[in-house]
Amino acid sequence: MDSEEAHAVAQAETLTIFERSREGRRAFVAPALDVPDVPVEELLPASAIRADPPALPEVSEPELVRHYTNLSKRNFDVDTGFYPLGSCTMKHNPKVNERVAALPGHARLHPLQDPAYAQGALELMWRLQGALAEIAGLPHVSLQPSAGSHGELAGLLLTRAYHEQRGEHRHKVLTPDTAHGTNPASVVMAGYEVVKVGTADDGGIDLDDLRAKSTDDVACLMLTNPNTLGLFDSHISEIAEVVHGVGATLYYDGANLNAVMGVSRPGDMGFDIVHFNLHKTFSQPHGGGGPGAGPIAVSDRIEPFLPRPQVVRRAPDNGGEPRYELDFDRPMSIGRLRGFQGNYGVFVRSYAYIRSLGGDGLRDVSDTAVLNANYLRARLAEEGIAEYLSIAFPRLCMHEFVLSGRLAKQKLGIRTLDIAKRLLDHRVHPPTVYFPLLVDEALMIEPTETETKETLDAFADSIRAILEEAQDDPEIARGAPYSTPVRRLDEAAAARRPVVRQRAGGEPPGDPERAADRPASASGAL
Amino acid sequence: MPESYPEHLLYHPEHDWAQIEGDVATFGITWYAQEALGEVVFVDPPEVGATTTANESYAEVESVKAVSDVFAPLSGEIVEVNTGLSDAPEKINDDPYGEGWLVKVRLSDPAERDSLLDVAAYRDLLADG
Repeated sequence: MDSEEAHAVAQAETLTIFERSREGRRAFVAPALDVPDVPVEELLPASAIRADPPALPEVSEPELVRHYTNLSKRNFDVDTGFYPLGSCTMKHNPKVNERVAALPGHARLHPLQDPAYAQGALELMWRLQGALAEIAGLPHVSLQPSAGSHGELAGLLLTRAYHEQRGEHRHKVLTPDTAHGTNPASVVMAGYEVVKVGTADDGGIDLDDLRAKSTDDVACLMLTNPNTLGLFDSHISEIAEVVHGVGATLYYDGANLNAVMGVSRPGDMGFDIVHFNLHKTFSQPHGGGGPGAGPIAVSDRIEPFLPRPQVVRRAPDNGGEPRYELDFDRPMSIGRLRGFQGNYGVFVRSYAYIRSLGGDGLRDVSDTAVLNANYLRARLAEEGIAEYLSIAFPRLCMHEFVLSGRLAKQKLGIRTLDIAKRLLDHRVHPPTVYFPLLVDEALMIEPTETETKETLDAFADSIRAILEEAQDDPEIARGAPYSTPVRRLDEAAAARRPVVRQRAGGEPPGDPERAADRPASASGAL
Repeated sequence: MPESYPEHLLYHPEHDWAQIEGDVATFGITWYAQEALGEVVFVDPPEVGATTTANESYAEVESVKAVSDVFAPLSGEIVEVNTGLSDAPEKINDDPYGEGWLVKVRLSDPAERDSLLDVAAYRDLLADG
């Protein structure tokens, strides 16, 4: 194939489903009408009837199948290769969970089904609440929040409701400078002011700074333990004492729960509110913006304010079968956080995961996650790598660790971003880069428990090969990747002048001829 | 542009520069700051008439890597904002001491200049990492 042909093939592969559309093509034929034909005007008010049909793509079934199959092949996912994206817990998602979630009783359940006819689903949710309560060491659970950040918002709204009920008006929330970016964002969304707390030399929270900033107008401290550096803060009881001493709540960001299941419980450490990332810790496929779930577990004093409805079990007085109900009678509740009851398919997968592993199995998960991270950390401290990538905090890590690419930049002239991009040519998804911000040229690696020693060794070998190659020719890394469907993207241009809309029947995005049509103020209006 | 720190500017340890002319100073971020940030994609400027307080944040810049506060080297009232940055934030990378300036400020306490670093002291600070 010459380059012109290759270009034509590449062009054909980037056509959108709308550009493949030809009038009148169909992927299916509707069966003949076997019910009385009623004109739509008799069924809907005029205001709800479209004047023109929607501009949907019209394609045949083989075109449809090929289009999406080819798109999926251009993807990198955890079913394709190693995905050590720090803080994201991209573990293998056991396929049995998918089988269970796809059972018709789960998959076809209508969200408006009367609870009396959805007893199995409600029982599963109730049992999942119980399992999460046990893992967190906190007795009350709401499954409503749809993501970790949503759980954070819920936790802050609960904190406000708790303080207001006591007649207290507090307006500050403390977050460590290593916090996940969503923490300060949630604080602002909930109407509080963010106050940053510093990090001590051992990577834990700076206790003196915490004491100085813990005043009686502080509502909450949001903490991740192990933190974003992959380090367990052993001063946690002292931290809890300081925070509770001024009447504030202690919030646990459960993003890193994969490190501590069955080993330590946030409730025992003194936390009042915890969120889980079911999609990280409990094996829901994620990473492409798909459905997640961020349930929260809380202590007794926060319970009255939990979102409504709550899933409850009621045993009848006559000793009959217990019934599962949606309890709306919660006068102090902060209210609903979303429509319906949550991303139910995520609950099914998480429950299947928890029950198939059991308590001992979950502890094995965490032990292995920590072992894998420390093994990889040790492999990356070997000669040939450590001269260029240094461990940010040289101590035993939990489920992830952070390297600094400062020396690679100084000695080889390649940045962390270049190393990350070159890893794609080694069929590895890059680790998280440039986060946390306090580590220069950060590279944050979370191997997870589901990877073999061979995979971890191959990753260390890839890193070594990239650094060796850069000693001879740093340009190779700077131009990477070479083997992916798209080469290095111009992130700055994408952020400065985003093309967020494709015109119907228009040219594909990225055509420089059309640059003048782009909204000039797009970047300024963010 | 290559690394540079002009002699005629004063520097703040948070990697900001100030150029004082009479009772008005121009602020911007240093070559080191723009290099550490990476390509700047958005600037959230303050408004004319707002005040700056030395050592406190007065604006935000966003790069492909992060959003960062910009610290004021000196206190005063903002009399002019570089509006050109909203359409072309890359000027901060391309020309941090020229077209990439951020604000002009009428100084309220000119004596504060004594706390700023000259180019030699700022270079020492960078060398200490």
